[in-house]
Amino acid sequence: MTAVQKRIVINKIALTLSTLSALIALAFLFWILGVLVMKGISALNWNIFIFEGAPPGYAESGLKHALVGQAILIGMATAIGVPLGILAGTYLSEYGKNSKLAHTIRDISDIMMSAPSIVIGAFVYAVVVIPMGHFSAWAGAIALGIIMIPVILRTTDDMLQLVPGELREAAFALGAPKYKVILSVVYRGAKAGILTGVLLGIARVGGETAPLLFTSFNDNFFTTDLNAAMPSLTVTIFNYATSPYEDWQQLGWAAAFILSMFILGLNILGRVILFAGKKGK
Amino acid sequence: MIDKIFFNFTRLSALLILVIVAWIFVVLFNHSLEAMNTFGLDFITRDEWAPNLDKFGAYAAILGSIISTTLAMLLAVPIAVGVAIFLSEIAHDKIKGFFGVSVELLAAIPSVIYGMWGLFYFVPIIRDIFGGLGIGLLAAGIVLAIMILPFMAAVTRDAMNTTPDILKESAYALGGTQWDVIKDIIIPYAKAGIIGSLILALGRAIGETMAVTFVMGNVHHVPGSILDPTTSIPVTLANEFTEADSSLYFSSLFGLALTLLIMSFVVIAVAKFYFLRKARRAS
Repeated sequence: MTAVQKRIVINKIALTLSTLSALIALAFLFWILGVLVMKGISALNWNIFIFEGAPPGYAESGLKHALVGQAILIGMATAIGVPLGILAGTYLSEYGKNSKLAHTIRDISDIMMSAPSIVIGAFVYAVVVIPMGHFSAWAGAIALGIIMIPVILRTTDDMLQLVPGELREAAFALGAPKYKVILSVVYRGAKAGILTGVLLGIARVGGETAPLLFTSFNDNFFTTDLNAAMPSLTVTIFNYATSPYEDWQQLGWAAAFILSMFILGLNILGRVILFAGKKGK
Repeated sequence: MIDKIFFNFTRLSALLILVIVAWIFVVLFNHSLEAMNTFGLDFITRDEWAPNLDKFGAYAAILGSIISTTLAMLLAVPIAVGVAIFLSEIAHDKIKGFFGVSVELLAAIPSVIYGMWGLFYFVPIIRDIFGGLGIGLLAAGIVLAIMILPFMAAVTRDAMNTTPDILKESAYALGGTQWDVIKDIIIPYAKAGIIGSLILALGRAIGETMAVTFVMGNVHHVPGSILDPTTSIPVTLANEFTEADSSLYFSSLFGLALTLLIMSFVVIAVAKFYFLRKARRAS
């Protein structure tokens, strides 16, 4: 075999191995998705949206409590995380720029983005749950909000920096004060990007389970009391899936399916908005 | 006037993130003081976790964390690098777009779902092949590997994509095969970025809770083999935090949380500030 032939054979082998690993990865991931869709759809029915949790073996049981609880928790977390994240991102891009402080904040928030979420749960337990004396929706929402801030902060920072400096200069030349320039020129220019960041931030915390385990805890019944334990889809999935009861496990799959569709939907929507925004320019 | 107020609002929000991070460290440290004072260094070197005797050693949990993430990395790294090579060099543009987006979407699926799948579909397979409970380090390592795979592949691909086309084309012009280009141009060029991406994925894997909580078993015991059920730091926290009934128990759990935070902080910082920054400067 000549040297060239040898190289061609090695090339074939290497490329085949690489394609093979892609196929292996794909097979596993589609296996998981397939199970999720099959199990999820077969467990779906209207009762899930009508009834709250019930003891195992009870026909009239559903996930209304968890769906509403999840919506409340995510809504509150968004109300905490989005304004703080956007304002902080605005500071980095418009005021801090390349200062040492701005870089430190970027670095720390990058680390926070990958930090273990269960630790955030432990922190919130110590500063919210212990003083209050009990689990609460507030604690869960604060934990999720803290996780959300770095995600929104980074995308806002990046997206605002994409707005051309000439736009700002033009607005300044018209005599607009800086806050006005930011609010009506910079924000408007980066609208699609910020919205995408918010959607991805919501998607990110929507799937979080660990920080809720000991903050909002869980509840098998419908509640809107923010000062009490609040059910969530994710913790409900955990509890139902690890229970020995067949019908609870079924509900767990239904919850897993609904949650995944919600999160994938947000991700896709975020991409579509960003893509449409780019196309429009 | 409004200008000033707006400026201060944005600055306070930006500073808040620093405050929160510092606050997390302080709170975890304060709450774990009791355990540190009681056990000293024994806390991380002793293998005895007996809540009924008020004795807490985190050795098994720390070891479980290290072994399960090592296992996950061993399994995930070769496949993720293969996927990244496939995505950046082999696949046609159409497949690239579709496959690339599906990998990114899979990275967004909540980890609790990977854990649930592992418990119902993967644990029985391990039980059938190797015997035993099926629940344990091996199951945890595999589920963790599958869970971090999409993220790892996506960031590794991004790192590989930073290689300038002109370099690749020059190598092709000299008669290089695709593999020659990958091995002698792309990997050396994007080395720092690839390593950084892999370590970043490792940082995520260490702190991952839900994917492993289902399949680890939560048994405080140094495992004899990778088929044995054991525990890890996040698994212990998830299972026992709401059950802790003595202040020393609580303090020990906070000690675990602090250990975990420091471990992942260091790993992520190394990935971000050493490798990824080097990669960004190079390109």
